[in-house]
Amino acid sequence: MCSYIVEKASLVGSAKGPNGWMKIDTAHVYYDHPYHAPLDHALGIDFINVRNGGRERVAVELSAESARELVTKILAALESGEKEHAEVETTAAYLT
Amino acid sequence: MARPGLQAETVALRGHNGDQGEAYYARPLRPGKVPGVVVIHHMPGWDEWTTEVVRKIAAHGYAAIAPHLFFRYGRGSPDDVASRARPAGGASDEEVKGDVAAAMAYLRAQPNANGKVGVIGFCSGGRHAYLVACTLPGIDAAVDCWGGRVIVHDPAADLTPKRPTEVIKLTPSLSCPLLGIFGNDDKNPNRADVDRTEAELKRLGKTYEFHRYDGAGHGFFSNDRPAYRPEQAVDGWQKVFAFVEKHLTASQSAAAAS
Repeated sequence: MCSYIVEKASLVGSAKGPNGWMKIDTAHVYYDHPYHAPLDHALGIDFINVRNGGRERVAVELSAESARELVTKILAALESGEKEHAEVETTAAYLT
Repeated sequence: MARPGLQAETVALRGHNGDQGEAYYARPLRPGKVPGVVVIHHMPGWDEWTTEVVRKIAAHGYAAIAPHLFFRYGRGSPDDVASRARPAGGASDEEVKGDVAAAMAYLRAQPNANGKVGVIGFCSGGRHAYLVACTLPGIDAAVDCWGGRVIVHDPAADLTPKRPTEVIKLTPSLSCPLLGIFGNDDKNPNRADVDRTEAELKRLGKTYEFHRYDGAGHGFFSNDRPAYRPEQAVDGWQKVFAFVEKHLTASQSAAAAS
């Protein structure tokens, strides 16, 4: 069904679209009929910069299953990456 | 038999409040008067499937026009524009009514118009078709394809400043024949919703036809999605064209008047 339900996440970061890199500050996240993906419903994410008017976006449309897979991989990458970098930073601090 | 040609293009359309918008318009090239149909798009916006529907209807002998209901969200590709419309709640009911009225006037202003105009809407556009059929003058036939939230279950979430009305309550003002196409596996509208809508139409003595399909859910005409159900969709389109031919062609109107 058509829905206007949108979750909004505040972000710090950048995204690369057709016009190159841009700073982003917001993600609009929704689950509805996709525009391009051949699915009945898709998890859509629009990465935008609201402070710049939000007219340009980097967009993805994912199946529900792959969106959940992405969530777990984001958390896994963060956990392992932060642990790795924490060890490097601890070692660096020890050496100085 | 030669297949009749058609012409399709984007045209300027001054919609609700005099706002300058645009619409996708297709018409058959054969000589003679033709009826018109306004196509009301769904939440993903003025997308490729909507333009395919416009051309399909034109290929069946009707002038068809789909106003871009989200044009107030600025320029850009239709998907980018729809992405801006979604978090802002889309087009308001008043904007939709004004834009559809403008599209109807555009069709009737064409030199080969026969004066009859119908509307057809899909998903949120199905609700819009029901809305305009109950509120705008001059509609000769309306088709609601699986319009959600005609019946509101959660007023706090579904009745908003942009959509302040539960359109089922407007049924006493329905002024034209209504065709409803629904999948029995749909969750919005579900079977009970369709039952309630049909009961209200029957109670008020309205002219309507409902066709409900087993093995089909929401959006089963969408031939670019897994929801597509070829057997049910082919039959559904036949029901649509039989309905608009009955109510929009001049020969039928003349027969009814005699």
